[in-house]
Amino acid sequence: MLARVLRSRLATLLFLAAVIAVIPFLAPSAFYLRVAAVVWVFALAALGLTILMGYAGQVSLGHAGFLGIGGYAVAIGPAQFGLHPVLCLGLGAVLAGVIAYLVGRPILRLKGYYLAIATLGFGVILALVFHSESQWTGGPDGMQVARVTLFGWRLSGAANWYWVTGGALLIGAWLALNIGVSPTGRALKALHDSEVAAAGAGIDVGSRKLAAFVIAAVYAAVAGGLMAAMNGLITPDAASFMHSIELVAMVIIGGLGSVLGAVVGAAFLVVLPQALTFMHEYEQAVLGLLIMVFMILLPAGIVPTIRNWLLERLS
Amino acid sequence: MSLLSVEGLGISFGGVVAVDNVGFAVEAGQVFSIIGPNGAGKTTLFNLVTGIYTPLRGRVTMNGELLTGLPPHVLARRGMSRTFQNLQIFFRMSALENVMVGRHMAERSSLLADLFGLPASGRQNGVTRDAALALLARVGLADVAQATAGSLSYGALKRLEIARALAADPKVLLLDEPAAGCNAVETEAIDHLIGEIAKSGIAVVLIEHDMKLVMKISDRVLVLAQGRRLAEGTPREVRENPAVIAAYLGEHGTREADRAHG
Amino acid sequence: MAEFLQLVFSGLTVGAVYALVALGFTLIYNASDVINFAQGDFVMIGGMGTVFLAAAGIALPLAALIAIVGAVLVGLLLHRLAIEPARGASPVALIMITIGASIFIKGVAQIVFDKQFHSLPAFSGDAPIAVGGATILPQSLWVLGVALALFVALFLFLEKTLLGKALLATAANRLAARLVGVNVTIILALAFGVSAAIGAIAGVVVTPITLTRYDVGTLFALKGFAAAMVGGMGNPLGAVVGGLLIGLLEAFGAGYISSTYKDAVAFVVILLVLFFMPRGLFGGRSVERV
Ligand SMILES: Nc1ncnc2c1ncn2[C@@H]1O[C@H](COP(=O)(O)OP(=O)(O)OP(=O)(O)O)[C@@H](O)[C@H]1O
Ligand SMILES: [Mg+2]
Repeated sequence: MLARVLRSRLATLLFLAAVIAVIPFLAPSAFYLRVAAVVWVFALAALGLTILMGYAGQVSLGHAGFLGIGGYAVAIGPAQFGLHPVLCLGLGAVLAGVIAYLVGRPILRLKGYYLAIATLGFGVILALVFHSESQWTGGPDGMQVARVTLFGWRLSGAANWYWVTGGALLIGAWLALNIGVSPTGRALKALHDSEVAAAGAGIDVGSRKLAAFVIAAVYAAVAGGLMAAMNGLITPDAASFMHSIELVAMVIIGGLGSVLGAVVGAAFLVVLPQALTFMHEYEQAVLGLLIMVFMILLPAGIVPTIRNWLLERLS
Repeated sequence: MSLLSVEGLGISFGGVVAVDNVGFAVEAGQVFSIIGPNGAGKTTLFNLVTGIYTPLRGRVTMNGELLTGLPPHVLARRGMSRTFQNLQIFFRMSALENVMVGRHMAERSSLLADLFGLPASGRQNGVTRDAALALLARVGLADVAQATAGSLSYGALKRLEIARALAADPKVLLLDEPAAGCNAVETEAIDHLIGEIAKSGIAVVLIEHDMKLVMKISDRVLVLAQGRRLAEGTPREVRENPAVIAAYLGEHGTREADRAHG
Repeated sequence: MAEFLQLVFSGLTVGAVYALVALGFTLIYNASDVINFAQGDFVMIGGMGTVFLAAAGIALPLAALIAIVGAVLVGLLLHRLAIEPARGASPVALIMITIGASIFIKGVAQIVFDKQFHSLPAFSGDAPIAVGGATILPQSLWVLGVALALFVALFLFLEKTLLGKALLATAANRLAARLVGVNVTIILALAFGVSAAIGAIAGVVVTPITLTRYDVGTLFALKGFAAAMVGGMGNPLGAVVGGLLIGLLEAFGAGYISSTYKDAVAFVVILLVLFFMPRGLFGGRSVERV
């Protein structure tokens, strides 16, 4: 019984919803809500990688580039074209999807380290574009993002953004869970284990990888747009290599292919630097050390390790 | 016009000719076996027929339709299905899910339905699951349906691959050493299974080293040696063919001699 | 023409450093299948170590030597503490481990050293030498000369010494190497040590030209990785060609087009190469076995 619960989609969603609902009552100040909102946004981006890396087994070391596309769409659209931010969030997602489709076609033929360097290069180039095209992006200092108003109601304050990002995360988790148990998800997991066998079963391996890449790009772009709107600021740093690495680290530390894992991984890597601010000097060293230690000692990731432990105790 | 027809197929790797001008034809309901010593090019021939390698020369047709150069997933959609000598199992999935993947081509649900978890997606899952369970029962793996594939025995995995290949409802089924590493009982079961599959109208192309099995169930046998076709005919014709005897006895004889002297 | 030659000089100089970093990648990859993202940090340790030791009053050659030995120690520790324990991990996990190591090294470097840019005095003065209408800095000659010497030394080591041959054998087939009695663990450690030394030496000679800081390793690693892949992963000659090619194209791009996207050149090159040749320039067309 409990074993089934641990595997069920609904249970995962309810658990996540409960966590999101409870935190505001436990948080001592708005600051904690802000941090939590950042976690939700990063978790949303990481969920895209859960589909791409966890299900389909394709690495992307440049995924923060799509974060940047979403962020700058929400910044540039209203500022330069007078478009509504919510519309721009959608446009950014579409744009990221289209770019992922165009770039993914040639890139996803590559395997292993070749795929790694190609996605990495793509991300670095995007970050450089954001950095250099200052007439559009404001250059290295980035640009302000106009406040969002919805039906005359101004979206601001930690609490409001907490609910918006938490809601977005829930929707993202719901979609990722759906895909996971569907025919599409089975096809992705199949090509992860054996591309020849998947193709032998009639799966168009290339187009399925591309679909996963596009979906992951859209997740990142929506997350990037929310983040920019929430912060009221976007800088090229959003698309940096370091951010791409952090996204991958979130997915792996939390547990590759696990939806809850993406959230736990995001929480870990977002909260940790906050917790370390008192020893600011050591922040980077500790971060690097923790990534190494987790990869070596807990290769399956936090959530699958806990789940397997629970399942074992039950049986 | 044969169901599957292969003509003058050839490929080489870095100057080494692995398959050289090989042809054969298989009819629906037939068991067509390919035998030959290790490295003869049997698996390579399968890889050429199923589109994993692109042939340098020759053509593959099914019911007269030219298939040469098409990618594997397209060939699968035309009714070609296979198992692998070196297991290609989805190790992280359950046995059931492995076979469900095999039903992929029969599945009718869109990416959007899958994303939003629409009822169509769930219904499709149910249909696929039932079909996959039936196939697992057919190969004798019903009781391990929920087990992770990675935890199954070698013999079980061999049968799992057959179930997955059958799930695609193929017209042609290519089996690469399905009985390798299986004990006598398992081999017997596979023998039975192949007979049933052929009886259902599927053309079976079989690579196998177990001569007893081959001679018993094959309608025709093709003998390969060093990439070339050495002989073809009924099991009896092949068994009595002097060239085949020389090739096999030659190999066997040398080994016996070695043993005697060693 | 003079401008062209000038660009060639500067392109070759940076290209030589990329080539050395790429060689480090290749060496470790061949021995262990690991892509070591901390490779660029060896360059930083070589440069920063020398700067700080020299500032402490140690003579430059000795300071450089100590810094290089320090980098080798870091390389050996990296192998012993992070790579060995993760044996058998997936490629992505190994990438993340070395990236974690790289972040860690940078984190420690900003504590041990500082966050400022530093330079070293040029080894043989700053007076430019005129060549065919263009000029070349004596330090560039140092970089090119040292790089050439390292290429030759590495070639001789791999082809002529028993240890080098053992390394190549391990690269070709780890199991077979183990069976004929090669101690694979020592070979892997050796690869990490030598790669660290190559990176650190590159760091020492290039610091007078490019300056150094705790985080310069990232760009070196990314571009060196791209350079190593341009030629096809695991091919030492390809790594050298890739490094020089990227250095030259960067210089030409900056000189003739715009310097804004100088850092993008390496990645545009690698994307174009992989687009047409998915296994790099010298990667061949091997067919995957099933
Ligand atoms: N992708 C490849 N690259 C290089 N050589 C290959 C490749 N595939 C097959 N070969 C070579 O082709 C020849 C035939 O191999 P193949 O696997 O087809 O033999 P086989 O008849 O299936 O043998 P076995 O009975 O051992 O399975 C061998 O010499 C093999 O080394
Ligand atoms: Mg074979």
